[in-house]
Amino acid sequence: MATLVSLEAWLKVWTYKSTFLLGFLTTLETALFAVLLSLCLGLLFGLMSTSGKTALQAVARVYVEFIQNTPLLLQICFLYYAMSFSGHSLSIIASGIISIGVYHGAYMSEVIRAGIQSIPRGQFEAAHSQGFSYLATMYYIILPQSIKIILPPMVNQVVNLIKNTSCLYIIGGSDLISITYSFVTGANTGGAHGPAYLVSGVMFFIICFPLSMLASTWENNLKKRERLTFKKEPAVKAEDLS
Amino acid sequence: MMEEWSASLGMLQSSAILLYILKGTLFTVIISAIAVILGVILGSVLALVRNYCHSPRYRIFRYAAVAYIEIFRNTPLLLWIFICVVFCPVPDIFAHRMFGLTTVETTLLFKASIALILFTSSVIAEIVRGGLNSVAAGQFEAAASQGFNTVQTMVYIILPQAFRNVVPTLLSQIITTIKDSSYLANVATIELMSRVRQILSTANIYNGTGNINVSDVFVLYGCAAAIYFIINFALSLVVRHINARRKAAASAYRTAKA
Repeated sequence: MATLVSLEAWLKVWTYKSTFLLGFLTTLETALFAVLLSLCLGLLFGLMSTSGKTALQAVARVYVEFIQNTPLLLQICFLYYAMSFSGHSLSIIASGIISIGVYHGAYMSEVIRAGIQSIPRGQFEAAHSQGFSYLATMYYIILPQSIKIILPPMVNQVVNLIKNTSCLYIIGGSDLISITYSFVTGANTGGAHGPAYLVSGVMFFIICFPLSMLASTWENNLKKRERLTFKKEPAVKAEDLS
Repeated sequence: MMEEWSASLGMLQSSAILLYILKGTLFTVIISAIAVILGVILGSVLALVRNYCHSPRYRIFRYAAVAYIEIFRNTPLLLWIFICVVFCPVPDIFAHRMFGLTTVETTLLFKASIALILFTSSVIAEIVRGGLNSVAAGQFEAAASQGFNTVQTMVYIILPQAFRNVVPTLLSQIITTIKDSSYLANVATIELMSRVRQILSTANIYNGTGNINVSDVFVLYGCAAAIYFIINFALSLVVRHINARRKAAASAYRTAKA
């Protein structure tokens, strides 16, 4: 704790500020590509699990259960070591993007599935009766309605994804956390624990906090609107009873 | 090719290695259970403070709870593990040999577990707060009309209902915590994930072929994945069972009312 108020330690961090920025950018870059991958996988498997075809649903189920019930750290190690020991070396960032994307893709697909299933069955039937194809039904009718249910948990997943980029440390990555750790243990730079951890914590916080605030305000607004719609119903029912 | 696979599988037949992995599993489960239990206690306090400390005199506690929850929720667990490894003090009771571990291992385990507990408690605080918010406001008024004071209202009326509502979410949080506990492998503690990594890094000695093959990666990580999957999948089946029963009960209640 003493290093927090030591000027020398803060100067050390200031001298190496470009290193921290580089780590920050690596984290953001990894997170960005992983989010894109997870969105694609999430949409694909979310649609598969609501398709009503047994085989497709089974594939999506196995993917989601298997990925959600094993730790991300294990998946990232498995991918990285399996590739490197079998001779097809995969770069650290690439294996990070793939495994983090696949991991959060499972969560995204559950979010999208829940969103689609929240739309009443009648909407699908109505669209079918009007001659909409499957993709047109999804694109024009179902997804626009479910997007407001999907978005808040999806943003929460993005926050988790950004935090999970710290997994890259175990395979020797160069993301913010790994850089901070090698900074505080390095031969020339070691010792400045307090300032270094504070700086990297603040960097994560300024990215994640606005996103999670956005998600929770969105969710609260949604709940408030729901409560308003529910409040009307008992009034109608009371009339029925009398 | 075939020999490599049988050599890797042979590693799992060695009782010493199996015991090593199983002990790691036990530590994973124990660490996660302790983290969740202490997380529920700490998290409930945080949630109550964040939700109900509105009077100007105690407002400072509310701000502290909000800051705690938001800071831990928006920074990675690994950062807190590193911070605790450097800064967390270890009481003397934990700083010696126990459970067949060396002093270094127990102190490291204690520090890393503290990080996991702090991190988990912030997540659980938000879960409990969701439960508190789901209790209808009329319950407070009813309790006040019956002469309950604030503490009695909380203990006898609000908290039991809030916890009942969040039992499935808390169980899912155990799954998440078991997965999160694998982060402790980063500082080489003694739970499942780090033990498997340790065996892999010395697999050339154990498998008898003299070097580490890709089959070792598959066998060892496959074994760890199977263990994690069995524990977590069993828990998620329990969650699903509870949810299904509640849904059935709710719809039965609606039909009975109609």
